[in-house]
Amino acid sequence: MTIFDILHETYSAIFANKVRSGLTMLGIVIGISSVIAMLSIGQGAQNSIQSSIQSIGSNLVLITPGAQRGPGVQVSAGRGSAKTLTMSDVDAIKAEVTNIKAIAPEVSGRYQVTASGQNTNTTVTGTVPDYQSVRNVSVAEGTFITEQNLQAGSKVAVIGPNVRDDLYGEGADVIGKKIRINKIDFTIIGITVAKGGTGFGSQDDLIWVPITTAQRMLSGDEYVTTISVQAPDADSTTDIQMQITDLLTLKHNIKNGVLDFSVLNQADIAATATSITQIFTILLGSVAGISLVVGGIGIMNMMLTTVTERTREIGLRKAIGAKKRDISLQFLIEAMMLTFIGGAIGIILGWLISFGINYSGLIATQVSWFSIILSFTVSAFIGIVFGYYPARRAAGLNPIDALKYE
Amino acid sequence: MIEVKNITKLYDPEGNSFLALDGVSFTIKDGEFVAIMGPSGSGKSTLMHILGALDTPTSGTYFLDGKDVSSLSDDELADIRRDKIGFVFQSFNLLPRSTVLRNVMLPLIYSGVGEVERDRRAREALHASGLDETHFTHLSNQLSGGQIQRVAISRALVNNPSLILADEPTGNLDSKTGEIVLGTFQKLNEEFGRTIILITHEPDVAEHADRIIVIRDGKITEDSKNHKKKDAVHELAKIESLKK
Repeated sequence: MTIFDILHETYSAIFANKVRSGLTMLGIVIGISSVIAMLSIGQGAQNSIQSSIQSIGSNLVLITPGAQRGPGVQVSAGRGSAKTLTMSDVDAIKAEVTNIKAIAPEVSGRYQVTASGQNTNTTVTGTVPDYQSVRNVSVAEGTFITEQNLQAGSKVAVIGPNVRDDLYGEGADVIGKKIRINKIDFTIIGITVAKGGTGFGSQDDLIWVPITTAQRMLSGDEYVTTISVQAPDADSTTDIQMQITDLLTLKHNIKNGVLDFSVLNQADIAATATSITQIFTILLGSVAGISLVVGGIGIMNMMLTTVTERTREIGLRKAIGAKKRDISLQFLIEAMMLTFIGGAIGIILGWLISFGINYSGLIATQVSWFSIILSFTVSAFIGIVFGYYPARRAAGLNPIDALKYE
Repeated sequence: MIEVKNITKLYDPEGNSFLALDGVSFTIKDGEFVAIMGPSGSGKSTLMHILGALDTPTSGTYFLDGKDVSSLSDDELADIRRDKIGFVFQSFNLLPRSTVLRNVMLPLIYSGVGEVERDRRAREALHASGLDETHFTHLSNQLSGGQIQRVAISRALVNNPSLILADEPTGNLDSKTGEIVLGTFQKLNEEFGRTIILITHEPDVAEHADRIIVIRDGKITEDSKNHKKKDAVHELAKIESLKK
């Protein structure tokens, strides 16, 4: 019996009972499509979180003031408001930590910003020219803060596109115009490229000024709120993180082990986010997987019914010379064909669901080849597993009894 | 050539042993038309199962074309059925979803005959059993009882078997259709030299054969040439005339 003959038999058997075959397949269709849709949602979530993390720069080590608290220590102020890092820390890191590519301290605060009669409240970040490369900021028009601005403590500002839109109207030409931050006039020298929202607040809402100006005119003190250190590659971030921790522990004269700063490694943040989204994906995938198993049981149920219904046919086939192998192969392939067709429809449906979710803008889903191959393998496997028992039952029938079966 | 020597079949359902066949022996030469007759419970079904290689005897030997069939495995028995035996059943046992041609081809599919050859041989077998060509592509459930049984006979013929085994082939048919089917067997035997074993409990049916073996309580009680062989064509004419 050639494979073509088996397929012919399978085709006529499946089409003899269109409704039943269709309903049985539906179980597999739902199972496979939900696996694909769920995994694509998980993958999409993971991608969007990763791209958020990457958009703040690459291979970063971030130092922020006052984080760790030990037992019995007085409750300190919140992270953002603690003042423990200064420009001298920045100079020390620059001088003593090896293998750093760039360093960008920043002083951030929220201020009332007014221009041309409009006003808004946004974050103003005082920083250095290196910030542009460290934090992946691109300038659309004009320039970023220069070394000269820094040295001179110029009252210049680079603004995000949202700030421009809010204060001057969309797409207005604002280079050289004045902007009033905390009642001090700044001259706009650049506008950054829109990046879209990120997990750490939209960078499009920010205003950047030279750090010297920010310390003198806005915050009025020596402290910095974040120091971003860029490593040459992802592998050296851990080493740099340790060097900085050791250096600042020594420099801040910390003896009780309770640090007044914290050093975050971007790779760690990314790894944590990845592990969270992976758990999320596994959770979604397993819920969908359960429906796939239920679909498989549906296949087995139908095949068992079919074998009982077609007992006489099996008896006849055996009487005219079919071997056990021929019979079991026929029923096994019938079960596999059901899961195969169901699987194929399920993949298309899953893809469409994923596309629909993507189109609706809820989450940027991504159908991975992995999930398609996985669900296809699983559906073929289900066909074999749940088809095997009914097929064996059919093959094991005694032809004499099977022919007499009413 | 069929040689059955001293065959017994013992059934043993939960200790109540039952001897269905008790030392049956006979020889059937190629080209014979034999009826095996006996009431129900006589062991004729058991004998048919053994002759048809659906079952093996408890003791004794069964040679089919010089090959001992009495002690083969399941798959070897399947090969014997496929290559040497054609079955015709009382309840026809056609596949309802398949066309007449496909039904007749079925044994050839299992013996791996190519598609063109299958079609040719299936048509040949259908012509031999006298089914009209217009019915070849019909589904088998669109045919009448007599037509169905002739499709079943064609299916039994298609593999060019050494032996055609017909188990009560007229049991589900009215007497007129029964005569047509028996006529088909006679024609196959006389014109094509087919070896046919007809199993029946009706003397009227058995009398269409050349030789009648009577079995009772698992033993052969009579094995003789049938001197008053009925001719199906003649019988059919008689039935037709009675109607008028």
